[in-house]
Amino acid sequence: MDRILKSRNVMGWAQASPLALILFGFLVLPILTITVVSFWRATEFSIIPAFSLENYAFLFGSDVTYRVFFATFKYAAITWALTLGIGFTVAFYLAFHIRSQTMQIALFLLCTIPFWTSNIIRMISWIPFLGRNGIANQTLISWGVIDEPLEWLLYSDFSVILAFVHLYTLFMVVPIFNTMMRIDRSLLEAARDAGASGFQTLVHVIFPLTKPGIMIGTIFVVTLVMGDFITVRFMSGSQKANVGRLISNDIALLQYPSAAATSVVLLCTVLLTIAILLRFVDIRKEL
Amino acid sequence: MEQRPRSFYILTVFFALFILFLYGPTLTIGILSFQGPQGGLTFPMNGVSMHWFFDLFEQQAVGDIWGAFRRSLALGLMVMVTTVVISVMGGLAFRKRFRGSGALFYLIIASLVIPSILISLGVGLIFNQLGFKIHWATSGFGSQLTWTLPFGLLIMFAVFNRFDKSYEEAARDQGATPWQTIRYVVLPIIAPSLIGVALFGFTLSYDEFARTLLTAGSYNTLPLEIFGMTTNVTTPVIYALGTLTTLFSLVIIGACMLALMVMARRRARHGSDAGRGV
Repeated sequence: MDRILKSRNVMGWAQASPLALILFGFLVLPILTITVVSFWRATEFSIIPAFSLENYAFLFGSDVTYRVFFATFKYAAITWALTLGIGFTVAFYLAFHIRSQTMQIALFLLCTIPFWTSNIIRMISWIPFLGRNGIANQTLISWGVIDEPLEWLLYSDFSVILAFVHLYTLFMVVPIFNTMMRIDRSLLEAARDAGASGFQTLVHVIFPLTKPGIMIGTIFVVTLVMGDFITVRFMSGSQKANVGRLISNDIALLQYPSAAATSVVLLCTVLLTIAILLRFVDIRKEL
Repeated sequence: MEQRPRSFYILTVFFALFILFLYGPTLTIGILSFQGPQGGLTFPMNGVSMHWFFDLFEQQAVGDIWGAFRRSLALGLMVMVTTVVISVMGGLAFRKRFRGSGALFYLIIASLVIPSILISLGVGLIFNQLGFKIHWATSGFGSQLTWTLPFGLLIMFAVFNRFDKSYEEAARDQGATPWQTIRYVVLPIIAPSLIGVALFGFTLSYDEFARTLLTAGSYNTLPLEIFGMTTNVTTPVIYALGTLTTLFSLVIIGACMLALMVMARRRARHGSDAGRGV
């Protein structure tokens, strides 16, 4: 008995069992259910167990699907590029230009606080800025830059991507800052002693050493944007679509099998993307 | 101190703009929530008043937001406590490799990257097929845990990777049982990180939308209620609500930071008692 209790397998599973149970019940089972239901049939008012490929046939046979998947990748790629640029710059500033540690922590917290507030409120708060009579248009008109209000500021791809960048840049800043703080400062001195300019040190020393952080940030941003439906719906005023919205529209129409099939395809796309990204980084080593 | 390079000043401006970008919109709706009774959703301010805050207290104007707030608060606390307990246990488990630990680790990562709406849809379907009623305290609670637990666990992994095992060895050498070692040695050392986990658990639950959407049942949580308002409320009352709930989040964040600071100060004051023993 004592030997069993001391076995690391038993101990490990005893401690990890609540975690395993919750992940099984609310992650593995739901995904299995979605996969099963994706083969079911639906009538107007109920769903019927079956093994039919018609949901997938419809999905892959429709032009809309390809356009919507393309839009999803487009949002992910543009948001990724912008959050990486901004996130890297901010992390670089915090890690290498702020000299006092207290100041570093204070400014870092200043960047992270919005993460703990509501995303929906943060989206709503763009309305007074971007609306037809919003602050941006009023300012541009008063400066004489434009004569008529710009219509594409709100309810457009522009506002969707702006909101994504606003919500998710933090997911780049934190892991990149984390890896930058672990860079041995004597490497930078060595680079300078060897005659490297500040820019050369950045490109040839800091950037390569920051790659793991960039990868983790990338995984966060790409999956958040690809799985999103609410930002696109709210910021585009329901005028733009991505895969998440395709799913949520089907759900609203009670077309669960069709929503499930789209979900399975989305899940495979996301997991494939992650699998590719994970080839570049060992997450367990970075913690 | 050496001269600051020119890049420092350029980056300082960039950083300031970034902070303005982060906080500007929220501050704007903070100001606009004080619109006069005739004011609209954008500037100019039509007088200054507390009108829209008072409106929040009138049932018919905004629906059941106080009920939604109470539910979100209760759910947030439930998720917070569960996240802390399970993350600590999980963190302890993952200090040693056990059979299947690799698979469980990838499940945690999967939980983090899976699109939220899939959890919502899947959990909703299961409850539906089994004939259970979806409710924020059951299906909503479980769905939110799939979002808060990965954050809690990643923090615990980082904490235990930096944990000095010689403290435990010392306790064991003094005759402490495994439970005593955890209770009197490990937990006090990792206590500050637990406040961090609790903060993540509460705030991520309090603001969660997508995973709760199809799993909350007939009683909405606050984010769901706010989202419902965006489609039919066209007055600054929604700004007033946004301002209040953001202030509430800030108070929670502030309380956690304060607790951390008090803890750090107490530790510094008591310091080490090495050599002062019996």
